[in-house]
Amino acid sequence: MPLKSHDVLALEEMDAEDIRLILDTADSLKEIMFRAIKKVPTLRGKTVVTLFYEPSTRTRTSFELAAKYMSADTVSISTTTSSIQKGETLRDTVRTLEAMGADLVVMRHPVSGSCHYLARCLDAPVINAGDGMHEHPTQGLLDLFTIRERKGRLEGLTVAIVGDILHSRVARSDIWGLLKMGARVRVAGPPTLLPPGLEDVGVRVCRTVEEALQDADVVQVLRIQRERQRGGYFPSVREYAKFFGVNAARLGLAKPDVLLMHPGPMNRGVEITSDIADGPRAVIREQVTNGVAVRMALLYLLLGGREE
Amino acid sequence: MRMREKARIMDAEGIRRAVVRIAHEILERNKGTQNLVLVGIRRRGVPLACRLARTIEEIEGARLPTGVLDITLYRDDLSTRLDQPVVHRTEVPFDVSGKRVVLVDDVLYTGRTVRAAMDAIMDLGRPQVIQLAVLVDRGHRELPIRADYVGKNLPTSRREVVAVRLQETDGRDEVVIEEPCAADQGKER
Repeated sequence: MPLKSHDVLALEEMDAEDIRLILDTADSLKEIMFRAIKKVPTLRGKTVVTLFYEPSTRTRTSFELAAKYMSADTVSISTTTSSIQKGETLRDTVRTLEAMGADLVVMRHPVSGSCHYLARCLDAPVINAGDGMHEHPTQGLLDLFTIRERKGRLEGLTVAIVGDILHSRVARSDIWGLLKMGARVRVAGPPTLLPPGLEDVGVRVCRTVEEALQDADVVQVLRIQRERQRGGYFPSVREYAKFFGVNAARLGLAKPDVLLMHPGPMNRGVEITSDIADGPRAVIREQVTNGVAVRMALLYLLLGGREE
Repeated sequence: MRMREKARIMDAEGIRRAVVRIAHEILERNKGTQNLVLVGIRRRGVPLACRLARTIEEIEGARLPTGVLDITLYRDDLSTRLDQPVVHRTEVPFDVSGKRVVLVDDVLYTGRTVRAAMDAIMDLGRPQVIQLAVLVDRGHRELPIRADYVGKNLPTSRREVVAVRLQETDGRDEVVIEEPCAADQGKER
């Protein structure tokens, strides 16, 4: 029962069966991270290339550790130290990597849709590690995994996503993934940062954070990208924190066993206060751990045992 | 491929007696339960390991730590198979270092599963000794591996299939030899 998708580009394109297979596989593989020797030989001789056109610590490290735990070799290329600086096109860069024997390419790129373009140029599977404002499917999957592991299910849960939905590829992947798995999704944020058409796909748009958090099972707080303030989307960081920041009082409106999530990196005191970020409801560190397990699952499913 | 039953080898009573005998042999060979642990190989090694643990508890009064091993990640045919196997959880909730580990499986055939299982165990720690208990040894080894405890030695041809069915996984206890109908070719389990 292999994965139907050849690449992992967007949760919008993935069906519930594939998502479930990925989450189940991650559940089986997570144990490896807690072994004394964190390594299984499964992907020996496979090469994973990470190609990042945008800065990243956790996503890139997470992919590299996942590959290493599965015994794949990793090569990481960042834009500042490579021939991309010399004006090489994306297509030529990845063609070169493929000619050297890359078996799978993980890419982050500031342009939405760039990973789809890459997948068309390459025979090797492509994993989208974030493309512009479009999607960040592996973050979406690790969020689904974290919720399912803690709550035992996804179906029927109410998940509130708070913040800059418009520019957030995390929000987009979360929304698609959650809806496909049968959860209810609410969003709240400054009206300038809510994209049109959310109701059409089945998301409830709330006017206030309080309305979104009321009796929620899960709260995902998005990072506020400070450069957006300069873009005039909201008047000031302080005002954002006052009206849309999640704090203990607002979190108190949610169910007592609410999960507080944040994809990181956090702006403490802006979108989330420190006391709750480090408090008992937060699963923010678990999200990071689960990210490695989910990426191990994807590498296994895309690279393990399909060599026609 | 359609299969037809060729011979019934063991029924529920036969399997029960084999498990009881193996339990006694394990205790005899290891001089008791000191440092002894059981690890069942998914899928049918798991219920067999649980039965051995129960039987040993009845005989000796000691409950052995029992683990579950999934060998998918250690298979040597991952890159050649077209049907990708689903990975299940490995649950060995104890340290195997310094332990006397008895691996348990239903059928010993080529020995490749046992090779993978030994690699998987070694990745978890350094056991003092690894032994192997199987319900059926059907021959045709492709690796230098042998079982320490055998329920039944069963000479077979490669085109035959040894089907072990257990209450916990299949709803009944039996061991039968099946072979492909008519001119169909034999296939490894």
